[in-house]
Formats: sequence, structure tokens, C-alpha cells
Amino acid sequence: MTATSDHQQAAYVAGQAADARVHVELQTGDMTLNIGPQHPATHGTLRIAAQLDGEMVIRADPIMGYMHRGYEKLVEVRTYTQVTSLVNRIDWMGSFANEVPFILAAEQIMEVEAPPRAQWIRTILFELSRIANVSLFLGDMGVQLGALTPVFFAFRDREHVLNQIEAITGGRFHPNFDRIGGLKDDIPKGWIQETKNCMVKMRQFCDEMEDLLVGNAVFQKRCRGVGVIPADVALGYGMSGANLRASGVDWDIRRDVPSPLVYNEVDWKVWTHPDGDSFARYWVRLQETREATHIVDQLLDGIPSGPIMAKVPRIIKVPEGEAYITTENPLGEMGYYVVSKGDLGPFRVKIRTPSFNNISIVPWVMRGVFVPDVITILGSLYFILGDIDR
Amino acid sequence: MVQETPDTESDVEPTPIDEARDNTVALLSEALGDGVIESEVKPGLDVWVRVATDRWQDSARAVRAMGFTYFGFVSAIDWMVAAEGRYENTEFDDPTTEVDSDGEQAIVTGYAGGDTRFQALARVHSIAEGFGITLKCDIGTDMSIDTWSDVFPGADWHEREVWEMFGINIAGHPRLRNIYLPTGFEGHPLRKDFPLLAREVKPWPGVVDIEDIPEHLQAQLEAEVMAAFEAANGGAAETAGGT
Repeated sequence: MTATSDHQQAAYVAGQAADARVHVELQTGDMTLNIGPQHPATHGTLRIAAQLDGEMVIRADPIMGYMHRGYEKLVEVRTYTQVTSLVNRIDWMGSFANEVPFILAAEQIMEVEAPPRAQWIRTILFELSRIANVSLFLGDMGVQLGALTPVFFAFRDREHVLNQIEAITGGRFHPNFDRIGGLKDDIPKGWIQETKNCMVKMRQFCDEMEDLLVGNAVFQKRCRGVGVIPADVALGYGMSGANLRASGVDWDIRRDVPSPLVYNEVDWKVWTHPDGDSFARYWVRLQETREATHIVDQLLDGIPSGPIMAKVPRIIKVPEGEAYITTENPLGEMGYYVVSKGDLGPFRVKIRTPSFNNISIVPWVMRGVFVPDVITILGSLYFILGDIDR
Repeated sequence: MVQETPDTESDVEPTPIDEARDNTVALLSEALGDGVIESEVKPGLDVWVRVATDRWQDSARAVRAMGFTYFGFVSAIDWMVAAEGRYENTEFDDPTTEVDSDGEQAIVTGYAGGDTRFQALARVHSIAEGFGITLKCDIGTDMSIDTWSDVFPGADWHEREVWEMFGINIAGHPRLRNIYLPTGFEGHPLRKDFPLLAREVKPWPGVVDIEDIPEHLQAQLEAEVMAAFEAANGGAAETAGGT
């Protein structure tokens, strides 16, 4: 072809360049994708800055602090009895479980022990918190995979447990029920039988979830072999709870650490899974929820009689000392390092929350996964934003 | 339930011995030599070990080699008793007025001792032994400790928090950036001399409700309650009280 004008010559060159571009590999730069802070999979306001190469995540960096409330500073100006109402808001799905380790730490420094009846009811409420918390996850995991039905079942059946918690504590979400030396109140009449009925419903719910999700081919394809975390990595990052047990570590604080809570009085089993993938994390939580209903059933049969409050002064001054108490909370290992200087309130409290450590593994586990898997892995790690940001 | 109460403690004559925890301290002393400065064992409950500042990272490697592979947390404590916060509105029992011979406020630290205002604090757990160990180290005037993130990757985020909340430099940390606070935040909130502004704006009324109600108010309060009760029940309370 002969160019008759400069204009035609330029068009010809441009066309040739366009053709050539199709034949060479496209030069794509890394793209940064922001997931969140308002993404439904983040359960709140967690932002994940993911660097992508095509469909693959090269690096994912969680950015939090959108909901940091500074509890470690706030508890320094509160009295011991006022702290429980604050720490309720850390893991808002299983609120009562947040109060227990703090109260146990204060009791250890004070050398006070709650009477047996209080310990039994504490343990029951602790497990009810677990069921209320984890049952939502069991449904929510479906949403991350595009199955909307399970989450509605979860919200429906979780309400039964919340009703039981409300009947005894007066609060659906924030019980503020635990006291140094015991509990605020005794259980109401007829509560034991109602809770047993509720546990039957929760077991049905677990079966339902197993039918709906665990055997589902899509669920299996999306979760098996995705987000694998080996045991030694999980330990190094301080992962805890079901995430750790899904990596094959047979460790449960309820069983392995001596505690005033009465888990040793009942017959139950710690579930582990060797795979360490998203599926294993779901499966372990499902089994744990079912196991928790059995624990509650057994505990309900054996509540001893007696007072629910030890003799403690009305104005509580905790003597000088330090204590670190952890419990197996719904999300994992939660601990309070309480430093007391003999005042009305704690001098310093370090709150070790499970989700903070569980999410710190995200940069490690999200190398080389595909974008849709980011959501399923995040979902399977299961965190509550208040538990990260506290 | 392995918990001690004051009663059982006075009954048992020999002091209880915790072999596993004592053994751990001995092993750690062996590994670190004079790096272990002080330790405290509460039998059946817990163990605290204070190590030298320059051996902070070595102590992490040592405990990891001893089987304490399960990472807990890294944090810090500011031992200064400041006028801000709790003692802001009180004139009694103010510990900030207690000074030592130098005219400076004395620093009183907790278990396993310490000399400095800031102390680093870390917790690791052994799954085989079934208990955890709390490590501490003093932080001198250079306000710096070595990073643990080389040994326990989970320490990364915890140390970023310590860095922004206490202003303690973490030497060797890969990416010291704000984790909770916005970039460019001034001050270190968990230091004791960082004022809690909400308290300055509005004094906390919470202190009031844990004091007993004064007697003259008690009688008045009861009378008011009774009056309200009678008004609601149309004088039924009077007959009930009469019989």
C-alpha cells in the first residue's frame, strides 16, 4: 500500500500497532483491589487491600481500626464492676463469653471463688454464647458462597438461644451478667426445660446445615483445599479456637487448662480435622456447635443447689497482683492480662482477642489465591470486627 | 478445679511446689545465662520471667526451642501513676503524690520486678506442657526493643500496636505502620500521661454510685418510694402495713 498523505500514513501505522498488540502478551500492571471496608464478607468495617496480578492475589493486607474504641484505655478509668459492660461489646455475637475471662482474672487476684452453682450457670451461659455465635457462622458461610438459604435458617434458630439468654440475663446481646464472686441473678423457673427444648432445636439446625452445605458439591469444590494453613504456621501466628483445631492441633482450653469452669464434670469431645482448609474450619465449627448442645444438656441436669454469689464486699478493691486468664471463646482463645494496684479499677488490662491473631494470618494465607477465594477464606476464618478492633 | 483459696493456703503447711513451672524457669536460665534477671512462680497458676533488654529476641528463640511454640501476644505496660484518668477528680488516696528520695515519682512494677517506667510483656504457650509463660523486659531510655516477628510471625501486628500505642520502637520490624490509629496521629494513647479527653470534658459520675447512700437521704428515699407505692395501689399498702 502506498500512502498518499501524512494523515493516511499515520492511520496505517496505528492500525499495524493495534494488530501487533493483539499478538503479544498484554502488559498488565499490578492492580490494587479494595475489598471493604463495607463489604458484607467483612462482618463490619475491615478493609482488605489486595494486590492482584490478573485474577490472582499477590498480596492481601488487612487494614483495620475503623471501629477501634480503645477499651484498653477506657477500662483504666473504670471500676471492676463497670468493666463487664464494656467488654460485652468486644465479640458482640457471644457477649457473655467476653465477661468470663476478665472476671476469672479478677477473682484469681482476689483469691475469691464463685460457688459451684454460679460456676455451672456460668459454664452453661458460656456454651449458649458459643451456640449463638457459631450458629450464625454456619449459615453465613453459605452466603459467602452464594447460598442464601442457610443464613435465614441461622437467624431463625439463633433466636431460640438468644431468647434463653434473655430469659436469664435480661439482655439479648449484652447480658452484663457476670460478677466478681458469682452471678447477678439465679435462673428463672422453667428455664432448664425450655433450654433443653432449645438445644433439641439447635441440634436439628446443625443437621439441617450439614444437609444443606457440607454435602453440597459447590461447597466442597469452593472450600476443599482452599486456604490451607499448616499447624506450625497456625501456632506461630497464634491462631486459636476452631481455626487451630481445623489444622489438626488437638488443643482446647476448656479441656486442657485447669479452670473454675466445670467442663471437666461433663463428658464431651474435642473435634479436630487434619486438613487445615476452609472446609475443615467449617466442619470443626459445625461439630463443636453440636457438641456444645450436648455439654449444655449435661450441665442442665447437674446444676448443684446453693448460693450464686460468694461473700465479697460491696465496694470491690482488688489487691495488688497480676493475672492472665484465657478461655476458649466462640472465636478462639480470649485472654485478659489484668494488672491491679489495689484500686477500685484495674491499672492496666491487655485484651488478647482471638480474631486479631486469627486475621493476622491473612497476608500469609492469601498469597496466590484467586479473588473469589478471598471471600470464602475470610468467611471461614470467621472473625467479628469488634473482636479485632476492640 | 485447681484453685487456691485463702483457707486452704493457711491449712497447708509446706509451700506448694510447681515442678513443671520451676523446671521451665531453670531451663530458660540455662539457655539464656544471666539473661534471666528475675522470675516469679505462682504454684498451680502462672509464671513470670524478666529477661535483659538486649536478650529479648533471644528469649523468644529460647522459649520456642523449649516447646513454647504457641504464640499469645506481645504488649507493654506503662507503670507510671499519672494524674490523668482515674485520679483526675479525686483528692484522696492520690498515689501520684508519693515520691522517692530523688523527688521523682517512684516506679512500682509488678511480678518479676523491674526498674523502668515501660516494660515489654509477652505471652507464649506450650501445648505439650499445658501452660503458658509471661516474659517481661525493661525498656530503657532509648525506648527500643528487638522484634519478635522473626521468631513468631504473629508478633508482627502486636508490635505495630505497641509501637503506636506506647511509642516504643521495635528494632528490626519489617513494616512499622499504624494499625489502629490514623496515619499521623499525635501522641501515644496507652501511655499513662496521655489524657482521656472524654473525661476532661465531662467528669465520670460512675464513682458516685458505688458509695453508700447517706442515711438522711435513705429515709427520704424510702418515704418517696412508699408514697409512690401507695398512690399506685390506692392506699392498699396502709392496710397491709397495719396487719
